[in-house]
Amino acid sequence: MIRFDNISKRYPGGFEALSNISLELEAGAMAFVTGHSGAGKSTLLKLIALIERTTRGQLHINGQNVTNISRRRIPFIRRKIGFIFQDHNLLFDRTVFDNVALPLVITGYRHQEIGRRVRAALDKLGLLSKERMYPITLSGGEQQRVGIARAVVNKPLLLLADEPTGNLDPALSFEIMELFERFNQVGVTILIASHDIGLLDRLGYPVIALDHGRLAGMEQQYA
Amino acid sequence: MKRARQHQSTPDRRATRRRMLSPRTWLTRHAQVALDSLGRLSRNPLATLMTAAVIGIALAMPASLYLLLSNMDRLSGSWDGQASLSVFLNDTVPVAAAATLAGRIRGWPEVAAVTLVTPEQALEEFRQRSGFADVLDTLDENPLPAVLLVLPAPEHAGPRSAAALQTRLQALPETAQAQLDLQWVQRLTAMLALAQRGVLLISALLALAVLLVVGNTIRLEILGRREEIVVTRLIGATDGFIRRPFLYSGTWYGIVGALLAWLLVETGFWLLTTPVRQLANLYQSSFQLQTLPLLLLLVLLAGGILLGLLGSWIAVGRHLGAIEPG
Ligand SMILES: Nc1ncnc2c1ncn2[C@@H]1O[C@H](COP(=O)(O)OP(=O)(O)OP(=O)(O)O)[C@@H](O)[C@H]1O
Ligand SMILES: [Mg+2]
Repeated sequence: MIRFDNISKRYPGGFEALSNISLELEAGAMAFVTGHSGAGKSTLLKLIALIERTTRGQLHINGQNVTNISRRRIPFIRRKIGFIFQDHNLLFDRTVFDNVALPLVITGYRHQEIGRRVRAALDKLGLLSKERMYPITLSGGEQQRVGIARAVVNKPLLLLADEPTGNLDPALSFEIMELFERFNQVGVTILIASHDIGLLDRLGYPVIALDHGRLAGMEQQYA
Repeated sequence: MKRARQHQSTPDRRATRRRMLSPRTWLTRHAQVALDSLGRLSRNPLATLMTAAVIGIALAMPASLYLLLSNMDRLSGSWDGQASLSVFLNDTVPVAAAATLAGRIRGWPEVAAVTLVTPEQALEEFRQRSGFADVLDTLDENPLPAVLLVLPAPEHAGPRSAAALQTRLQALPETAQAQLDLQWVQRLTAMLALAQRGVLLISALLALAVLLVVGNTIRLEILGRREEIVVTRLIGATDGFIRRPFLYSGTWYGIVGALLAWLLVETGFWLLTTPVRQLANLYQSSFQLQTLPLLLLLVLLAGGILLGLLGSWIAVGRHLGAIEPG
């Protein structure tokens, strides 16, 4: 599903956030990216979603080489990817419902279909009662869950989550992880950036460890 | 990285995702975006109306100037007796023959009326008008020729057919000289042509102003919705999807502006109706101002939509590209 071949990412300022990364994540896998703050976790996820472009190396997503894909075709790649952003990226002038519906509106689903899918996603995240509220009136954890609902509503092939449990208490964190596992069980490939070592250990999924932009290790564990 | 888990069921998602949109769904989506844009504008009625008013005034100015001109054009074309011809006959033609000739010319289809002015009448008129009565009395003979005043039929009163009539009259053996009194009509026509050029120029300038106003308004709207543009891009929106609401906004500005312009022009002409009728009555004319309200509305709408769309297109082209996630 994802293949990095000797990928480096240098930001415009000249800072090299990722150096010579090679890794592969097969379709249907679930794995974590970990590392200290500034290690390059977010950068790695952004490269996959084509939010940032690689400086060197080759990137394959879903069997397609997207290293030099044209700007015009990026949206269609992104639609196959659900991205849970570290800073939510919700629209504060729209209701929870409208935020979650956005990917479906962009793809062009019918009205009834949108309503059905959005409610299903909100239900899964325990947000059904907040559907008419505006994100600003929600707690940090609730906003996080709205972001997750938006990422999964389109039933993406690949789910990228940047610190999805950052604002959640341990119990809720665990629930969210269970939710990811359930998505994973129906075939969604999942890559989660997190520095919650305790959670990672408990779950026992493969971990891509980054250290100052370098691959520090790939532990392979089985639950 | 190796696969962590093997899964049994992998439903074919692509089949469900890649559904084709029927034309009806496509239309519904566009209608939705259009209504969305309208709703957004109506939530800020004052700002919207101000922009629309600028467009309305800018559209109303050339429209009313053009209407005024075309009314004047109609007026100059409908003026009774505007083109009259004076045919001076050879002084060898006796009065009786002149009268017969007048009768013949009266039978021509392009002629409405012929008046014969005999040398005696001409002299009498001259005597009364010129104050040279004493001088005239010293003359043995009447020096004035007989004159036929020819009035073309209304459908032949235009400058070109009047000129043709002049040629025909000139060709008569009895004619010394056929004169066409068209000067003031020609002057008016020339002035109207000049004014039409001016209106065209003003229209072009005002169209440019509308483009700038719409462009700037849309630019502000784009900046105000920057967040939204970034986020929708991140989620997989195409440029077309992002562009669409702004293009609709521009179109709405154009439509509202056109309606305002129409209102302005119609009201203005309605206010002029009575004084113009009074003026026309003084000249025994049945002239009335005409605006062709429906045609005017259509033209204004077409212009407004075109300019609104173009203005927003330019703004979108210049400012959307710069907003990228990252
Ligand atoms: N747009 C940018 N321009 C320049 N440098 C950047 C940019 N984004 C990130 N960096 C730098 O790249 C490095 C890696 O950043 P990244 O956001 O990937 O870290 P991270 O592992 O996600 O950290 P955290 O756990 O704090 O979220 C950091 O040193 C950061 O300063
Ligand atoms: Mg990060």
